[in-house]
This record gives sequence, structure tokens and C-alpha cells, in this order.
Amino acid sequence: MPESIDKVSIQFRVNGKPHQLQVEPRMLLVEMLREELDLTGTHVGCDTTYCGACTVLLNGAAVKSCTMFAVQADAAEITTVEGLEKEGQLHPIQEAFGDAFGLQCGYCTPGIMLSALQLLSKNGQPGEQDIRKAIAGNTCRCTGYQNIFKAIQLAAQNMKGA
Amino acid sequence: MLSQLGDGAKLLAGGQSLIPLMKLRFANPTHLVDLNFISGTSYIKEDQGVLRFGPLTRHAEIEASELAARIPILHDCAAGIADVQVRNRGSIGGSLAEADPSGDWAVVLDTLDAEVRCLGSNGERTVPFGDFIKDAYTTALQTNELVSEVIVKVPPKGSGGAYLAFKRSAPVYPTASAAVQLTMEGDVCKEAAIALGCVGLTAIKSKDSEAALRGQPITDKTLTSAAEAARAAADPQSDMRGSADYKRVLVAALLTRAIKVAARRARGEQVKVRHIYA
Repeated sequence: MPESIDKVSIQFRVNGKPHQLQVEPRMLLVEMLREELDLTGTHVGCDTTYCGACTVLLNGAAVKSCTMFAVQADAAEITTVEGLEKEGQLHPIQEAFGDAFGLQCGYCTPGIMLSALQLLSKNGQPGEQDIRKAIAGNTCRCTGYQNIFKAIQLAAQNMKGA
Repeated sequence: MLSQLGDGAKLLAGGQSLIPLMKLRFANPTHLVDLNFISGTSYIKEDQGVLRFGPLTRHAEIEASELAARIPILHDCAAGIADVQVRNRGSIGGSLAEADPSGDWAVVLDTLDAEVRCLGSNGERTVPFGDFIKDAYTTALQTNELVSEVIVKVPPKGSGGAYLAFKRSAPVYPTASAAVQLTMEGDVCKEAAIALGCVGLTAIKSKDSEAALRGQPITDKTLTSAAEAARAAADPQSDMRGSADYKRVLVAALLTRAIKVAARRARGEQVKVRHIYA
């Protein structure tokens, strides 16, 4: 192990805002978001590519940010839960999670909302199986899956024609 | 570059296996060479009766591809790997090069006419898929080689396949899986290729299951013989996913279902399948 690791310069956008940072090549994307940018809405759950609490969108695709190095996000557009709200207006997905009681402790919620965002940006009228498949990589230890499912259905309805 | 960096260097494809292995210190590379910024490595092309997959073609791209859906067993496989997030990053070339004993692609490619292109400093060579996986985590790749393309022959008319896995939850590897590719002539099975997953150190070709179907109609009797042969061919280990006996029963049941789907698809029926969850 070398004593000091050369940092690498990367540029990327998070929630539309450009950033330039020097990071160690071994730093995970989730660590960069939370520790360098103070965007702590993205959570670390299992840190083993299982639970999906760290899900963010990378160029529109849901990824587990604990299973990517920060340097791999060079030139990318990243969306975190902090990017859902626009000018004080909650995103329809956030509204729906409130209205349908789609969360209990809230730990898994940011990741699930971003999985839902990838689904709804590609499929405005998801069927039951589409929704279940879209959040299969997100674990809710409160086991509130039925209400999470209803929240995504509600969000899909509310986003129609939006 | 790999030969400059020495034996400790590793190539990073989608990272969905390698990064978790590094966190556990099971993999401890001195250097990581990220392949993700190389353009032109992700594609699905049809070319004179074969489909060509770029090494970094993501599982999600294969899942969404109409071209890949021409070989339904490929869609079964791509759509059932882990979860959305892992399929968005994980790649066919990375999965094959890693050769995890529980990996999905090797089971499916074992039932098809497939080849792997291997590129190294000494040039490019083509390895028939049957010679590519050598052992658990071991492939025909030399230390300075990488997977440059995966080539799959489109099966003839009258051929149908299916891949079914049993999983405890979406993100995990299956407990067992079965892949079947049948060529039917009327009600009679002309040709059969059968492979079993997660019940050995590599995917296992169940030759006796194939022989039980070849030249026969698909009946309860031939299905039972094929399933019995699969139970015998499986060589599972007892672990947290289940006992060896349980996995033998499971893989035989999965094979029975997969044969039924493959036979219907061979007759031109559109049949959707999904992996089975605990």
C-alpha cells in the first residue's frame, strides 16, 4: 500500500450543479456525495450491493453508489434525492410517498424514490409487475412494501400529463 | 498496459462483483484499469446469423434489446440478473471473465452455439464457449487478455429455449438455475442442450438429461427421466442457500418447468417467464 495516494481531478454535475473535485481513486461515489458534498440524503445501508439505500441516478440510470468509485462518475450527471425538490416544490414522487404513507423510518426512502424516478421516466403507466421489478433492488426493513408500491402507483397517476 | 502493471493489476468492467470482492479483501488488486471510458465496447449487432455483444454491454441493455429477444433465453437471463441497479452497471463480458460459480450467463451460453473473442497483446483469438470457463473464477483468458466480444449463433427455426432460476431475493445469486434449448420437429425433440447453474463449481451440462429428450416427445415420462438425470448430474454444496439434497430437488424441478417453456417457444409461442422467488 503506498503511503500517500495521488488524488485525481474529476468534474461532474450533481442535481444540475457543476462540481470539480480532487478525490482518491479508491473513494466510493456514495462517500464523495456524503462526505465531500455533504449530500447526506443518499444513505449507506448494507455497503454490499444488496439493499439499494445508496441508489442514485447516473446519467438517468439507477445505480448503487456504494458499488462505484467516485472517479467513475467523471463527466456524469448525477441525481440524488436532494435534486427531486424544485424551487420549494416537492417532486410528485415525494408528494405521493407522503400521501400514501410510503415510508416508516425513512432510511430506504431516498433510494426507493430514485428507483421510482428511473421507472417513471421510462414508463409513465407502469403495471404491477413493472413497479415490483423496479424496486426489487431496494430493501425496506420496516417491510412497508405495500404502501411503497401504492405510493409509486399514485405518483404515476399524478405525473400523467405533467 | 496490463503487462506493464504486472500480475496484481485487474480490469474493472461493471464492477458489480469486483467492487464487493475488494471491500471484503477477497480481491486486492495493486492497480485497477477501468474499462468503462472506452467507447465502442457496448453494442448488440446482428451479423450473418449471429448476434455480437460488446464486452461492456450492460445486462439492462440486453434486457431491453429487441434484437437479443430473438433468442428468448438471452432475455430470460438478462432480465433476471440481480436488480435494476446491478443490471444498469453489470456487463456480459465482466460477468463471463469473472466466472463466478453462481453466475447466470455461463449457464445460458452453455446451451447455445457461442464463442468468446479474447484480445491481448499477441492479438485476438476466438474460444468456443465450451472451452472458455475452466473452473470456478477461472477462464481461458491469459493474464494479459480481456473479453473483446461475445458471439451467439441465432438458433434455427423450430428451436426454443428458456432459463429459470430460483432466488431468495432479487439482489442475490440464484440458489439453483436451469437452462434449456430444444429443437423440435413436430412433437419430437430433435436436439436438446441442457445446463444447470449454482449446483457445481461451474455450470454443469446435463448430458443424460439431453439424451433423455433427444428423439422423444415431451411427455411426463421423458420429463421425469430428464429431471432424474439432472438430479444425478448436479454436484451442489450445502450452504446458507440450502442443503445439497434440497438443491438437487430444486434444480430438477426448475429443469422440468424450463423444458415445458422451451418446447412451447420452439413451437413459436410467445411465453414470458420470470425467475421464482422464495
